[in-house]
Amino acid sequence: MNFKTKLGLGILAFFTLIAVIGSWIAPYDPSAMGDDLLSPPSGAHWFGTTMTGQDIFSQVLVGTRGVMVVGLVCGVLATFLSILVGVTAGFLGGAADEALSMLSNVFLVIPALPLIIIVASMLPSADTVLIAAVISLTAWAWGARVLRAQTMSLRRRDFVEAARASGESTWRIIVFEVLPNLMAVIASGFVGTVIFAVMLQITLSFVGVVSLSTWNWGTILFWAQSNQALGQGAWWWFVPAGLCIALLGTALALINFGIDEYANPRLRKVRA
Amino acid sequence: MTFLLRRGLFYLITLWAAITANFLLPRLLPGDPVQAMITKLGGRLNSDAMASLYILFGLDEKKSIWEQYVDYWGALARGDLGLSFTFFPTPVADVLSQSLPWTLGLVGVTTIIAFLLGTLLGVYAGWKRGSWMDNLIPVTTFLSSIPYFWLGLIAISVFSVTFPLLPASGGYAAGLVPEWSGEFIGSVLEHAVLPGITIVVSSVAGWILGMRNMMVTVTAEDYVLVARAKGLSQKRIMFAYAARNAVLPSISGFALSLGFIVGGALLVEMVFSYPGLGYVLFQGIGAKDYPLMQGVFLVITLAVLVANLLADIGYLLLDPRTRREG
Repeated sequence: MNFKTKLGLGILAFFTLIAVIGSWIAPYDPSAMGDDLLSPPSGAHWFGTTMTGQDIFSQVLVGTRGVMVVGLVCGVLATFLSILVGVTAGFLGGAADEALSMLSNVFLVIPALPLIIIVASMLPSADTVLIAAVISLTAWAWGARVLRAQTMSLRRRDFVEAARASGESTWRIIVFEVLPNLMAVIASGFVGTVIFAVMLQITLSFVGVVSLSTWNWGTILFWAQSNQALGQGAWWWFVPAGLCIALLGTALALINFGIDEYANPRLRKVRA
Repeated sequence: MTFLLRRGLFYLITLWAAITANFLLPRLLPGDPVQAMITKLGGRLNSDAMASLYILFGLDEKKSIWEQYVDYWGALARGDLGLSFTFFPTPVADVLSQSLPWTLGLVGVTTIIAFLLGTLLGVYAGWKRGSWMDNLIPVTTFLSSIPYFWLGLIAISVFSVTFPLLPASGGYAAGLVPEWSGEFIGSVLEHAVLPGITIVVSSVAGWILGMRNMMVTVTAEDYVLVARAKGLSQKRIMFAYAARNAVLPSISGFALSLGFIVGGALLVEMVFSYPGLGYVLFQGIGAKDYPLMQGVFLVITLAVLVANLLADIGYLLLDPRTRREG
């Protein structure tokens, strides 16, 4: 494991910790209004305050949980769907493959963002879990495509043929012979899905289609934007949340490079 | 030609799926937001507009779902997408036809720039593996991890608020009338700089990375070694041997990542209040204007499909293997 991967894992561990303990260590109630209106970062308010005197540091800390929960839930759900569709298509081949790859390509080509915005704004209550489910429904297709290609290359290998010859059932072959060989691809697909889901959730919060009653980094940006934080020069209102998103995204991407390099040795750094 | 026929058929199926999803969503999800809006507008809707909203959102409960579906296709065939509540009483189709050119211009040009720039940088980064170019990777990773809209916010804060160099919002200066004059075109270009750079910066990283990894894989192939042994110039090997083969996955990936890029570009339009589809969608969200939102979705899907078809034709020209069976 190289330095980049360790750095990525470290940052991810940090945000996971904040997601768990964030609401306990937050110095203020993130929704409570205070007397310091729109004040820049100071000892009392590390990240400054909003127009109504809310503490932005506390909002970021408390909001971490929403972001991580959606990332995790979508990662698990969408990865499950992508294994189901991708491995089945790749292993069975024929008409089932045609139909399933058509399905995943349709999901890939249709622009997900406007579709999800429509669904989310039609839902009577767009809370965190519901949004996570909706995102998962659009996030599985890329993973399914990659898994299908990889499964097809495994399908005719000797060990699979041997298992087939010894009379193992199709599902047993898939679960015990094929899946273990796909672990690197599945892991990298999982990480990619988490990035996608986190970005999408923050975007949806930012445009205001997600319930604003729970905090996440996107809601902070929504309030900053709707109160014209930019025009008033209140950079501290939108910089911390954005940097957290970028840091988390970079961490996950670094972990993914680690997985890629593990799976494809040609990508490893050459020592000049 | 079979390749193009297959792709064309696939895009038709995708379009059908998108339209059918648009038809089903308001009928499947609970609540009746459009009915509420019609009640609110009351007598200001004329009977024609009312009829088309009933068709589009399935408010006529006496009809079977199949009859509704047929009526829905009929309305679409007439180009009738209902009335916009936000821009009442303008039809959605008119709102869309005004904003579509802005999006096509901004997103089209920036996507092509990002693709060319990213692919070129990727070629170099892959060719010169182990040099300082490797440091490009973590930097671009960080840039691509920043949400498009947040980068736009930062760009506005730095280049419009702190250093007032460029306009922060709109598609052209207030007071100008859209026309083919030097002044107007200059103003349009000036307004496109910040949103354009934002889109390029956040989308270029993906192309660099994909291209670099393919270059690294391809340069290890035997035919590249043979080209070296023949003593061909470095430039020739890099572009005619390695890059030409390495670019193929990028082009087929172009088609699939376009939907994602367009989503990001719509957000940039929202942040910059750029008069394209993204900003229209944003205004629609605020007003719960479902006819408008669904119209935007359909038009964007159609645009993405057309762009995909163009990318396929490019692929056909670059990869002779797809032509052989024809």
